[in-house]
Amino acid sequence: MAKVIVVTSGKGGVGKTTTSASVASGLAQRGKKTVVIDFDIGLRNLDLILGCERRVVYDFVNVIQKEASLKQALIRDKHCDTLSILPASQTRDKEALTREGVGEVLEELKQTFDYIVCDSPAGIERGAVMALYYADEALVVTNPEVSSVRDSDRILGILSAKSKRAEEGQETPIKEHLLVTRYSPKRASLGEMLSITDVQELLGIPLVGVIPESESVLQASNAGVPVIHDQTSPSGQAYQDVVARLLGESRPMRFLEEEKKGFLSRLFGT
Amino acid sequence: MSILDYLLRRPKRTATVAKDRLQIILAREHSDRDGPDFLPQMKRDLLEVVAKYVNIDLDQVQVNLDRDGECDILELNIMLPEAEAMAKQAAAR
Repeated sequence: MAKVIVVTSGKGGVGKTTTSASVASGLAQRGKKTVVIDFDIGLRNLDLILGCERRVVYDFVNVIQKEASLKQALIRDKHCDTLSILPASQTRDKEALTREGVGEVLEELKQTFDYIVCDSPAGIERGAVMALYYADEALVVTNPEVSSVRDSDRILGILSAKSKRAEEGQETPIKEHLLVTRYSPKRASLGEMLSITDVQELLGIPLVGVIPESESVLQASNAGVPVIHDQTSPSGQAYQDVVARLLGESRPMRFLEEEKKGFLSRLFGT
Repeated sequence: MSILDYLLRRPKRTATVAKDRLQIILAREHSDRDGPDFLPQMKRDLLEVVAKYVNIDLDQVQVNLDRDGECDILELNIMLPEAEAMAKQAAAR
């Protein structure tokens, strides 16, 4: 049975698209047939992060309005042939996302894919609500910072009130996962940044991973290659762990402590 | 405060401040979210009634719903203009 995972946060700029691209790539790398959908109508960006921006011909809205078939609109990822991308429309307005339309497209995708990753836009308006409406699981992306924590809390309220599972009063609610991104262990240990425990206590949902602040995330988006492909980067490794945990493996949390620099690296500043 | 106290004084960690502030605001937003549906409308109606008799500033009004065991407590806190002026005078003295 295909699983629908929404990547959401309320606040913008916390790493939803980075997370969607990396998690979807990671699932695909592990042999799961995966599709990632950009719900940010008018502000398409997932294609850039995945490096397929020049191959976009048809988009999500074209498929909803039956101007193109799914087969025509889906773009095959160049790194993993088990990953497909359904880009957002850049020209239409977000009113084009209707509940029925989105539902039909997801049903069709469920026939072929194991995982459907929905990259939510920021905010709590139609695009964001549509992205989470059909979700089975939710990755709540949060920065250790006051406005992001508050907005994540708001999104958790919406997940438990406005999703399909909530509206229909289904027995199992959406499975929520907390993903803390842009974490700096050093600043947290100095008391300059909310710690992982603080964020977890405030939001009260299980932690699925911690992505440390890292230069490699910007480099990955510059290159259009999701950071999970960068095995040398702590962020990439942390995303690998997240994917493993989503698939039910248990892995110890990493990157919670400041990296101890050895004598030599301290001496040479590497 | 002795010199030693001054020298050993650490600035308050901002992460602690952030956590305290978030705990308060999230608790308040949860009570709004979990409260009865009619609460926002009732708040507006109450304010209208008060405004009919006293010239109030909406910023000077706080409506809180708290839960104490089995009891819901609706707390309406209105700073009346006169009282506010008096409070200011008292503070100035």
